[in-house]
Amino acid sequence: MSVNRRDFLKLAGVTGCSLLAGAPRRSEAAMASTEFYGMLVDTTKCIGCRSCEEACNEQNGLPKPEVPFSSDSVFEQKRDTSPGAFTVLNRYPNAKNPGSPVFVRRQCLHCCQPACASACLTKAMEKTLEGPVIYHKDRCMGCRYCMIACPHNIPKFEYESAFPYIRKCIFCYDRLKAGGRPACVDACPENASLFGTRRDLLEIARTRIYENPDKYVHHVYGEHEVGGSGTMYLSAVPFEKLGFRTGLGTTPYPEHTSGFLYGVPLVFVLWPSFLIGLNYLAGNGNKGKNHEEEE
Amino acid sequence: MKRKSNDTGRARKALHAVREFARFLASEMKPKGKIGTPFNVITGTIIVVGIALIAIRFYLGLGAVTNLSQDYPWGILKGFNLFVGVAFAGGAYVLTFVVYIMKLEKYEPIVRVTVLNGFLAYVFYAGALLLELGRPWNVVNPIIGNSFGFSSVLFLIAWHFLLYIICEFIEFSPAVAEWLNWEKARRVVEKMTMVAVIFGITLSTLHQSGLGALFLLAPAKIHPLWYSHYIPVLFFVSSIFAGLSMVIIESTFTHKVFHDKIGNTLRASHDDILLGLAKGCIGALFAYLFLKVIELVHGGHWGLLATPMGYWYLAEVAGFVVLPIFLFGAAIRRRSVRLVQFTSFFTALGVILNRLNVSLIAFNWDSSVRYYPTWIEIWMSLAVISMQLWVFRWVVNRMPVFTEPPHALKEEIIPVGEVVVWKATVS
Repeated sequence: MSVNRRDFLKLAGVTGCSLLAGAPRRSEAAMASTEFYGMLVDTTKCIGCRSCEEACNEQNGLPKPEVPFSSDSVFEQKRDTSPGAFTVLNRYPNAKNPGSPVFVRRQCLHCCQPACASACLTKAMEKTLEGPVIYHKDRCMGCRYCMIACPHNIPKFEYESAFPYIRKCIFCYDRLKAGGRPACVDACPENASLFGTRRDLLEIARTRIYENPDKYVHHVYGEHEVGGSGTMYLSAVPFEKLGFRTGLGTTPYPEHTSGFLYGVPLVFVLWPSFLIGLNYLAGNGNKGKNHEEEE
Repeated sequence: MKRKSNDTGRARKALHAVREFARFLASEMKPKGKIGTPFNVITGTIIVVGIALIAIRFYLGLGAVTNLSQDYPWGILKGFNLFVGVAFAGGAYVLTFVVYIMKLEKYEPIVRVTVLNGFLAYVFYAGALLLELGRPWNVVNPIIGNSFGFSSVLFLIAWHFLLYIICEFIEFSPAVAEWLNWEKARRVVEKMTMVAVIFGITLSTLHQSGLGALFLLAPAKIHPLWYSHYIPVLFFVSSIFAGLSMVIIESTFTHKVFHDKIGNTLRASHDDILLGLAKGCIGALFAYLFLKVIELVHGGHWGLLATPMGYWYLAEVAGFVVLPIFLFGAAIRRRSVRLVQFTSFFTALGVILNRLNVSLIAFNWDSSVRYYPTWIEIWMSLAVISMQLWVFRWVVNRMPVFTEPPHALKEEIIPVGEVVVWKATVS
């Protein structure tokens, strides 16, 4: 490998400058665009029919599960998404109304400023302008840093394969581009999942809370969590009782590392100058000593 | 006509030289010394079985041989080989700083071996990383192509590993040139040393801290006592004493194993050098402790200290940061090289503990799922280390690692006094 000094400097410069220029532009785009498409899941309307799971399974060509989608037996334990299931329903007890348990759908939240995309060193995870966070499988090297970074533990890895990929919900990006809605939303018989722009969905969510102040918890999960997400939830039961992580804060995850990354060009400029200066002083110091000895 | 014969003559000469070189390389590839030593038998077995296990890993996928899960995506090949290994390789940038930048010639005799160790560590631990990647053939993607993830700390680390490996190779290449007897090449690479050193230190600062910065993205997953905005700085500062204590440990071994290879200068100043390195360790350890305390005060997690994870945290800080400071101090006062060596082991153990804490133990501390490596993961990890030891021994037995060649020494280090006198007489 031949890297001469000029190329090396050029490269370092390009890397440094793009770190300076690249990062803020991304987050600005995310902040400026309020027209991300998203989904509002009203857990008070969900009846636990698992139509969404079935539609997702068909849409993504995932393997058929051992327990059929018509069975309720899966609710006996809490399930997580997996490489073979991008959305799963879980059943939680309802303290307010023990007769009607709460069903919560778990899938990618499509954060406005996703941790996974900022973690990915090959841009395999990408936040699209339409809103979905999609996955370019040809770029992925399988480092699984997205899994470390995701606060919701959504990206799942195909450990059993010799040619593994990361698998997760991509909000049916192809359907979206063709003017359609995600398969799970289309399949929902109760309109528990609504599709729309994030702005519209937030208005709907707030209106529902306003009109039914006693029914809903006065919080839209996903409005502010880790900088906001495309998928948002309404609930009658406190969110922490439904398996949601509530202590995540409102800081968008990319901001946790942006400070460090801004420091990179600084070190690239300052360190060599300091080192050259120190080296000069160290040499000069020796010279001075010798001078004194001469005198 | 004449010219043509000249050309063929030259070609034949070149061919002859290439053939000679190939013969030289072939003879150098042969092992020196006894083959059936216990060390060879043990590490040889580990390597052979390890290669078979690695083949299985690539044939069946990661799930078949590791305990990695959706909750613990990173295991010991990252937690130990990468995070610990790179911290231990920090000795190379610290020593090049001391010798080339600060011009402390006392440490010059151990620079080469340290740089060699650093170089091999990076090559082999980047290699260990490949074993844990799901699609390692795509590892070139962040380097080539249009998929530059500038917003990723891992992108920075990938580039820095590549560039730093090149820097360390340049720093070590004079020894390679001397081994091959390439005088001209040696002069060229020696001139590049200073640039490589300056870049190497800059790169090291960034990726040593970058390895810590990776975990900045997991604030909800790492125990609050270990998670802070200081992680990058803590990783950087701890790489200084991790690197230095590894230099002390390594020299303890090499002094026994490669006794006949070691030059007179190094033999004479060895104890003095180790005591000096111990002083460096104390400085870095103290800075680290100070940062840890500030971090604790800032974080305000006093209450968590009285929990099981808190005791574990205190054990790490008190047992492996505070205690080494006192032990190194006592060793320096008594000029006890043995105690310095013992404390270095202890300090290194503390660094292992810290890196495993951040990446595995305090990670997902509240999760019901825990990660324990399988024997296969441990074996693969040991196989990588054994391979590194074999290559290290191969290089040390052939290249001038512990001794400077006499001609180079005279040429390079002209006493400054003489230059001053010469300048004075000229003017």
